[in-house]
Amino acid sequence: MTANIEVNQKYAEKYGWHDDLQYTHVTQVGLTESTVREISAVKKEPKWMLDFRLLALKIFEQKPMPKWGANLSDIDFQKTIYYMRPSDKKTGNWDDVPEDIKRTFDKLGIPEAERKFLAGVGAQYDSEVVYHKIREDLEKKGVIFTDTDSALQEHPEIFKKHFGTVVPAADNKFAALNSAVWSGGSFLYVPAGVHVDIPLQAYFRINAKNVGQFERTLIIAEEGSSVHYIEGCSAPSYSQDSLHAAVVEVIAKKNAKVRYTTIQNWSNNVYNLVTKRAHAHEGATVEWLDGNLGSKVTMKYPSVMLLGPDSKAEILSIAYAGQGMNQDAGSKVFHFAPRTTSRILSKSLSKNGGKSVFRGLVRIMKGATGAQAHMKCDALILDKQSKSDTIPSLEIGEEDSKAGHEATCSRINEDQLFYLASRGLSPDAARNALVLGFVAPFTKELPMEYAIELNRLITLEMEGNG
Amino acid sequence: MGYLEIKDLHVSVDGKKILNGINLRVEDGQVCALMGPNGSGKSTLSAVIMGHPKYKVEKGQIILNGKDVLALQPHERAELGLFLAFQNPIEVPGVGLSHLLWTIYRKKRGLEKPTPQAMAEFKKEVTAKLELLGLNSAFMDRDVNGGLSGGERKRTEALQMLLAEPGFAMIDEIDSGLDIDSLKAVASAVDSLRGADFGALVITHYQRILDYLKPDAVHIMQDGKIAASGGPELVQKLEKEGYGWLAK
Repeated sequence: MTANIEVNQKYAEKYGWHDDLQYTHVTQVGLTESTVREISAVKKEPKWMLDFRLLALKIFEQKPMPKWGANLSDIDFQKTIYYMRPSDKKTGNWDDVPEDIKRTFDKLGIPEAERKFLAGVGAQYDSEVVYHKIREDLEKKGVIFTDTDSALQEHPEIFKKHFGTVVPAADNKFAALNSAVWSGGSFLYVPAGVHVDIPLQAYFRINAKNVGQFERTLIIAEEGSSVHYIEGCSAPSYSQDSLHAAVVEVIAKKNAKVRYTTIQNWSNNVYNLVTKRAHAHEGATVEWLDGNLGSKVTMKYPSVMLLGPDSKAEILSIAYAGQGMNQDAGSKVFHFAPRTTSRILSKSLSKNGGKSVFRGLVRIMKGATGAQAHMKCDALILDKQSKSDTIPSLEIGEEDSKAGHEATCSRINEDQLFYLASRGLSPDAARNALVLGFVAPFTKELPMEYAIELNRLITLEMEGNG
Repeated sequence: MGYLEIKDLHVSVDGKKILNGINLRVEDGQVCALMGPNGSGKSTLSAVIMGHPKYKVEKGQIILNGKDVLALQPHERAELGLFLAFQNPIEVPGVGLSHLLWTIYRKKRGLEKPTPQAMAEFKKEVTAKLELLGLNSAFMDRDVNGGLSGGERKRTEALQMLLAEPGFAMIDEIDSGLDIDSLKAVASAVDSLRGADFGALVITHYQRILDYLKPDAVHIMQDGKIAASGGPELVQKLEKEGYGWLAK
């Protein structure tokens, strides 16, 4: 019990505070057609987008709540605020960001990270992106990195051609909700043959109480291009629940390579219900690196549609479920074309009564000859109160293909602890080393700064566990 | 300082008695051999001395340099200079050998943070010791015991021991599975620690390693007890006659 209070206090210190802000536009609590019309009007959107939103709202209202997975019955859609605009300005100059918002991101280290090791940065505060910046040389090469609302206004053709093509509104209830009320998110366009050598990052911050965050991210990598996009998220620790329902669409065209890294660190009052999907065309590679810490409930299954021959998917994920948390995460890959390959590696940790569930789905379609898939999930349970479940599924429709699955479920090994202790490591240090070692296949793929930060976050969560 | 004294040690695991009143003293600066048939309790004794939580000490004392360490946790015993080179070193996935070596090194020297100077000295020392043990520097990139052969594991145990510079080491069958060159390397590594402030208990089945190490005393365990003690001549007797002569 004490351990948890301590963890929450630590989250509170680093991420759990909020700033009191005068919002420039706030919709009424609850969701109706007029909420949707209001959001679209405030954003001065073209009619097709309003129509898209209204249709999505109908789909959302018709679709039942998912009956599988985590318990979502406590979500009250009429108690959420769907749109809060923190500022009327979007800027590419850090000095122009309103003081109180700047303070938030300064505390989170965002501008510092940009200076040190990023090619571009976006920062979203509740419903709107307040800052977006990309390195000039990349801009000159035609790389577009902006918020999704601006992209709709400024790049209507590229936008309309791709938006909603990977995750249609009817995909699931929360994709429909996002489609109806989406706001903000990143829009990233990499022209053919352009390689973005260092990562671009967006940071999503929920600040206000009862607000929902519904960002919409769209990444298009044209033929032969490559890019690494990173997103981070956090929220204050309120006693009321918040809703985060994002949609991410990634399109990797012929021989393009996209890596999408998420390090989410929500406070434990956030429902995190995200649809992430990618299309990989001929010879393309899509990599999802998905790190899930915090939240009350997470349901998230990054997926890849391997549409073109020789395309590749790689999905690495870790999930940490602490007290009162339910991490229902996993991965999906659909092999539609010959010689497509996929690798899924999932690592989950459960502690203090947390529950982590891995759902993996690999489907190899008839005609995907020579396809190869491998799925592995490892669960580490840190105490007797905590739980872990593994629900893998391999559906093979093509005889000429290979698919394999492995699963391990373990507890901290006493002999490993003893070995490290005999070298002078205290029980906490030894346990921490084993946990960080367990997630190392994930962290070693991250840029160094993120690996260090993630290890630090996990160490914080582990502390006080006697 | 490195003397160890075991007094009337009784130990059980899962309710089953495995050590039945061990009495043993290893003097300062001495290297003793501990021999005995399989299952006689040699490895158990070394794990109990290090403090493995799975064993229940029912009675007795373990005294290191005059201090009873029974109530201490394994890492606290390590801090007092106790070291165990494991018979079967366990793999620790994701934990780098270099990280563990650095931890051992900095704890021994009381360093808190890695300064560039300390790191440079650490690297120099490790490189020299790797060479002494015939290990490639690529081992530094491995996980602890990850994907290593039996012989390589034994040699990295010796490497850790050299860095830890223990006051008292228990060396559990470090010679099994080693070819003759590795055996020489490991034996000379142990030998290099020898001195007035270093004591060791070398657990082995074979005379080979003792030819290099020249123990000061030899103890033979059977059925969880010390059944015989003596000088190096005991080793020859065992080589010739086996364990059959030991009184039941």
